[in-house]
Amino acid sequence: MLQIDLEACNGCKLCEKTCPFAAIVVVNKKAKVLENCTLCGACVNVCPQHALNIERPAQLSPEELTKYSGVCIFAECEIKNEPQIKPVALQILEKGRILADKLEEDLSTILLGAKNSQLTQTLISHGADKVYLCQHPLLEQYSTEGFTNIIAGVIMQEKFSIILFGATPTGRDLAPRIAARLKVGLTADCTGLDINEDRQLVQTRPAFGGNIMASILSPYTRPQLATVRPNVFPKGTPNPERTGTIKEIPVKLNPKGIRTKIIDSAITQKEETIPIEEADILISAGRGIQTKENLELIKELAEELNGTMSCSRSLVDLGWLPHSFQVGQSGKTVSPKLYIALGISGAIQHLVGMSSSDIIIAINKDPDAPIFKVADFGIVGDILEIVPILIKQLRELKKN
Amino acid sequence: MKIIVCIKQVPAGEVKINPETGTLIREGVQSILNPFCEYALDEAIRIKKEQEERGGEEVEVIVLTMGPPQARSALLRCLELGADRAILLCDRKFAGADTLATSLALSEAIQKFEEDFTLIFTGKQAIDGDTAQVGPELAEHLGIPQITYVTSTNLIPERRRIQVERETENGYEIVECKLPALVSVSSGSNILRIPSFKEIINARRKVIKNVIADDLSKDTSRFGLSGSPTQVAKIFPPKSRTGGQKIESDDPEAAVSRLIEFLQENVFVDKE
Ligand SMILES: Cc1cc2nc3c(=O)[nH]c(=O)nc-3n(C[C@H](O)[C@H](O)[C@H](O)COP(=O)(O)OP(=O)(O)OC[C@H]3O[C@@H](n4cnc5c(N)ncnc54)[C@H](O)[C@@H]3O)c2cc1C
Ligand code: SF4
Ligand code: SF4
Repeated sequence: MLQIDLEACNGCKLCEKTCPFAAIVVVNKKAKVLENCTLCGACVNVCPQHALNIERPAQLSPEELTKYSGVCIFAECEIKNEPQIKPVALQILEKGRILADKLEEDLSTILLGAKNSQLTQTLISHGADKVYLCQHPLLEQYSTEGFTNIIAGVIMQEKFSIILFGATPTGRDLAPRIAARLKVGLTADCTGLDINEDRQLVQTRPAFGGNIMASILSPYTRPQLATVRPNVFPKGTPNPERTGTIKEIPVKLNPKGIRTKIIDSAITQKEETIPIEEADILISAGRGIQTKENLELIKELAEELNGTMSCSRSLVDLGWLPHSFQVGQSGKTVSPKLYIALGISGAIQHLVGMSSSDIIIAINKDPDAPIFKVADFGIVGDILEIVPILIKQLRELKKN
Repeated sequence: MKIIVCIKQVPAGEVKINPETGTLIREGVQSILNPFCEYALDEAIRIKKEQEERGGEEVEVIVLTMGPPQARSALLRCLELGADRAILLCDRKFAGADTLATSLALSEAIQKFEEDFTLIFTGKQAIDGDTAQVGPELAEHLGIPQITYVTSTNLIPERRRIQVERETENGYEIVECKLPALVSVSSGSNILRIPSFKEIINARRKVIKNVIADDLSKDTSRFGLSGSPTQVAKIFPPKSRTGGQKIESDDPEAAVSRLIEFLQENVFVDKE
């Protein structure tokens, strides 16, 4: 229950303005909570008088634990000409289906946005039983606070047992905020998910830059929250015949409740390229290219192979390529069909970002470079010598 | 104006697993200041200097960590790099904390000792736990807005706002936010700064305040292992991929021909 300290409350109405569910009002200069309060905690977060409080138990009793059921997925969207579901959301939907079936429970999704209700069928086709749909102009763009308030409310109402987010920049900004609000555990960047004999979610994740794997449980709290690394689980084949239910959630959002403002959102790289995490073929460059000018060589090879250019961290640090090109621990995880590493030594932080690629080819001067340990095919040699020959031979082949 | 920088000490090299006990081997592994925390500190100090030059409000940079007694050395490095004072949360009752319990202890220390802060900096992530969760969780406990993955900042004290550039999936964006706020920093200079002799001597005179769990709360069960909803059930080494063929030859033309054959076998390149 939401507790109100009436003595502390000064009737400033900030809670009323912030509550996304119109569940708190100020009458006679005192806040009053209504029946439809979802316990989302948005008001607690903003009350300047600290007059509001929600008791959240640190541990649930075995009996209370059983009240939570179902798997829920945050359906992260992106806008590419028009709104669409992000690939990672479809990947975890497929994994979520497997977990839900194992538990014999429902699979739900939460879809937030301004004008993306047409995407509900995509989610259902990919395995969702239920879609919680929430549409509001202020949800067109992601904001930590707007999204946290609504998702926390839905979660508290529905008492899901498991909630999964893609471990994207958005997912990793949002999920910890929700976890801290609900005082529950959150496992970061999972690469494995399963259900054990106690019906708990077993979350496996790399730590220490990929040197160590850990299996993590949240035995005494619900819901169990996890962010899931993109491109480790395959997405399923959609079945357009599948049916499911859509539950619309009316919300009332006030711009005042969102304290961060995006001033300029599209300082993207100018060139029209496929994002590296979606490319089938990646031609990736590292320190071995020696000068920025030599990037042209990599680009040429990428064109010959219909691939996309990516890079290791060092080139981003040198300012030669933007961060969005970076593969690895502090960049992106990729799993293309073909990954060609050119002049990349293969530090563990790089390997964790690409070692699930189907086929890896490495060219490097140093025969002991760790990259060769993961490469299916390697050439020991200077890329500045090998790559031009490769381009030449590929062109000759095309001519014939 | 107070700027708090949350920092973490992390192992410098590769950490291995003892195959018999299945636990981490931490002995003999050197500790360093987490690089992303160092970037965060650099940004705080840059703001401090900038305010000094502009004749603006005086800035005090306070570094805060929760960790074992050895974490003092990480704080000392921060003081050498220009932080004004430090707080060490150190107690067996804090040990074994997951990100929720860590962020809770940090937030209670901030509320208790430095409630009038203007800005909190964290690193984007710690290179050991690798979760990137402590920053956003701390912001939530304190009820302040957060901006993650920040590459540069511009403090506007007159308007009590901060403007930052942050990384997004396909580039960068500029975000503005009211203060107080929490900013997690994702990039900076990779060149380890070596403090001058004077800075080292000065640092010895700065205060490192020790805080134990009982100083923060009567209910210390919310800290450390007992306050952590997540439990590490098992740790194990990652599955490794095995390398395939590797060509070391003096004839690059021939090596490339073999590569093209390999690409053809895997249908990335058409056969003539
Ligand atoms: C193998 C393994 C796996 C783990 N997995 C999880 C997990 O999935 N979920 C979970 O909740 N916990 C997990 N933990 C526990 C987690 O590592 C610790 O809680 C740790 O104290 C903080 O997390 P982090 O290292 O990921 O920091 P991050 O959240 O990555 O750190 C981000 C920033 O927060 C600040 N910060 C972090 N720690 C401190 C500190 N002690 N003092 C001051 N500032 C700090 C720093 O500014 C840092 O740059 C795991 C631990 C291990 C050993
Ligand atoms: S925000 Fe707090 S002080 Fe203001 S009306 Fe609501 S409860 Fe009262
Ligand atoms: S729904 Fe959320 S914001 Fe509204 S009163 Fe309840 S807890 Fe507060």
